Amino acid sequence: MTAQEVRLCGLLLQEHFGEVVERIGTHLLRGGAQNLRTIANETNTPLDLVKKSLCVLVQHGACEFGSGRRGPGSPVEYRASCERVLRVLRYPRYIYTAKTLYGDTGELIVEEVLQRGHMTMSNTVKTVADRLTHNMEEGRSMEYSEVVSAFSKLVETHFLQRCPPVAEMGTAATSTNPATPGTPAASASTAPPTAESNPDCYKLPHVTLIGRGKRRRSSDDSEEQRGGKKAKMDSESCGDEGIYWQVNFERFHQHFRDQAIISAVASKLDQTSSEIVRTMLRMSEVTTTQTAAYTQPLSANEIFRSLPPNYSISRPILDQYLSLLVDDPMEFVGKSGDSGGGMYVVNLQRALANLARATLESVVQERFGSRSARIFRLLLRKRHLEQKQVEDFAMIPAKEAKDMLYTLLSENLVQLQEIPKTPDHAPSRTFYLYTVNQLPTARLLLQHCYKTVANLIERRLFETKENKRLLEKSQRIEAILASLQASGAEPEQLTEVEEMITAPERQQLEALRHHINKLDSTENQVDETVFLLESYIFSTKTK
Amino acid sequence: MAGRGRGRGRGQMTFNLEDVGIGRGDSLPPTTFKPSPLFPPMPVQPVPLQTGEEVEYMLALKQELRAATKTLPFYIRRAAPKRDVDRYSDKYQSGEPKDSTIEWSPDWSRLPKELCIKVRENRGKRPTPQVKRTKKPLVGKEEILIKLETLEKKEEAVNSEEEQDEEKKKTNEEEEQADEEDYEEDFEEDTDYIMSYFDNGEEFGGDSDDNMDEATY
Repeated sequence: MTAQEVRLCGLLLQEHFGEVVERIGTHLLRGGAQNLRTIANETNTPLDLVKKSLCVLVQHGACEFGSGRRGPGSPVEYRASCERVLRVLRYPRYIYTAKTLYGDTGELIVEEVLQRGHMTMSNTVKTVADRLTHNMEEGRSMEYSEVVSAFSKLVETHFLQRCPPVAEMGTAATSTNPATPGTPAASASTAPPTAESNPDCYKLPHVTLIGRGKRRRSSDDSEEQRGGKKAKMDSESCGDEGIYWQVNFERFHQHFRDQAIISAVASKLDQTSSEIVRTMLRMSEVTTTQTAAYTQPLSANEIFRSLPPNYSISRPILDQYLSLLVDDPMEFVGKSGDSGGGMYVVNLQRALANLARATLESVVQERFGSRSARIFRLLLRKRHLEQKQVEDFAMIPAKEAKDMLYTLLSENLVQLQEIPKTPDHAPSRTFYLYTVNQLPTARLLLQHCYKTVANLIERRLFETKENKRLLEKSQRIEAILASLQASGAEPEQLTEVEEMITAPERQQLEALRHHINKLDSTENQVDETVFLLESYIFSTKTK
Repeated sequence: MAGRGRGRGRGQMTFNLEDVGIGRGDSLPPTTFKPSPLFPPMPVQPVPLQTGEEVEYMLALKQELRAATKTLPFYIRRAAPKRDVDRYSDKYQSGEPKDSTIEWSPDWSRLPKELCIKVRENRGKRPTPQVKRTKKPLVGKEEILIKLETLEKKEEAVNSEEEQDEEKKKTNEEEEQADEEDYEEDFEEDTDYIMSYFDNGEEFGGDSDDNMDEATY
């Protein structure tokens, strides 16, 4: 939990859940596991507000609770998870991916579950059907069954999963029921149960939901009340109480990683090779664990059979492509055997390392120029080089090479390694070697990225605050215009209201909108880099 | 001996400068006397942002999500601080969030018991605030008040408005009407102000009708 991460988490919590939750959340992130009273005392917040914030954080999976350190009798302790809060930055990407895979219905399902933290299936289906009906034309409404089918597709491909069951706390010791073997085990283990440990993780509940989405009419309050009562009665009759579904972030990350590998192959080689790699990855989606270094071996025959029908390439050409992929220095695909026409694997870990390395090189290139990038790449390949050797290999004059090396050194992208010739470490008799370590440099860049996103958010908040008066005025005028149009006003009245905003103000508003859009889309783009670096670092951790 | 070499060319150092790469006669960059500027000028301009349908769609999604989260019940706002006096409109404006209630109902079985907090129920309009009252002490209070009243009327030194407020707070809708009949007080008799001192201004300006030539101030 570095300072930059905590700062970014604080800003994200503030934007999405308000200042109270932000204060409690950052306190938990900085201080580790604490119990309720400690939090309330140290943050000087009333106990009720603390309780509310903790409920919100637990609802969204950002906070976990467990029995205290002193055993089952001590008060419950809460622990916030920095990683989970940082996921909030990636919500638009998750929703867009769901849209590309499962259409509008899938998009809305994922959006609803993300916004609410976790939901029951029946609740989700109803809300999504209502929203879809709202967007359709008059007279048409959305069937629950369509939404249910989209939901089940999402569950089958593991994009949604059941929430892990909550471990019993404190009652296990006093429980007189010995026939529940699960509870003593859960209280004895110190790790909270993950979603994957539940064997029913991806099983749909047996609930029949029949109905159509209801269109909400804003003018008809009585109908809404009656509709509300009906909805309440319906939710009581559904049989899936207590089964909550959450978004499976790891599966989405797997998908993003696959996409990154495929696009890298496409840009390095060609479209056909990327299709081959895509087929291989698709075939090993369910068989590969999340932290595997490479996929399960696939024979060339299987790959040939599973290629998409519109990519009709002959068998010898496929073999040629596969050997090309294996020989490529990027090492995306490796050959692990010769049976079945050749067994091929996709080297996931190596691919991620290569992608991270390409990111680092590109960062150096954009910030310091292509010659510094040449020195950086050289050091990555040759590991340790002396000053003179750097100048010779990079073919850069001594003075400039020295300058660039020192700039990189001051930015901590390059490190100096001393190798003494004599035991007294005399400087005149020591080798000074320049070196680049990929993993620490990746971590450094990741922290820079977090700092960047935090700065972007702060700048956006600052811009919004500066022009608050203008924004409020424009919102009020839009509301007036909308109400006038709804009640059917003449065009002269509309133009009169529109003219209440003067031309320079309009320009200012335009510029403000442009800036905010730019800042927002920059956040999205930086998040892509964050994802790459995070995946790389995570893949090296679990060696 | 100390101070030898100071000021003459570069100072002596424990390691060989040649090895690090600073040759003879090379000039070093000037020493800095202040911290580096907050926004240093960039030698290279950053690459322009990505554009495209996908990027714009995600941008729109992000902004919509941000706007939507402000309306959800998960956005916790502090309750507005209590104003100095209770106002009449407080009865009718119950839309403000209160610290002690939660706006949505989570599944309490998944949360530890200590987090349980009252769920705020948005009932229909309740114009009169629901008030706890017990009958016995009320009856007792009424008797005492009636006794006091008779005493007051005898002495003419009472503040009747206090009584009226207390009664109204403690009675129900049905009882209000009954109570009102008991109090037929004359406004003038029971105030603190001595009536002879008060001049309600009715006599003022009555003379001005006769003399229109003079200016009135």
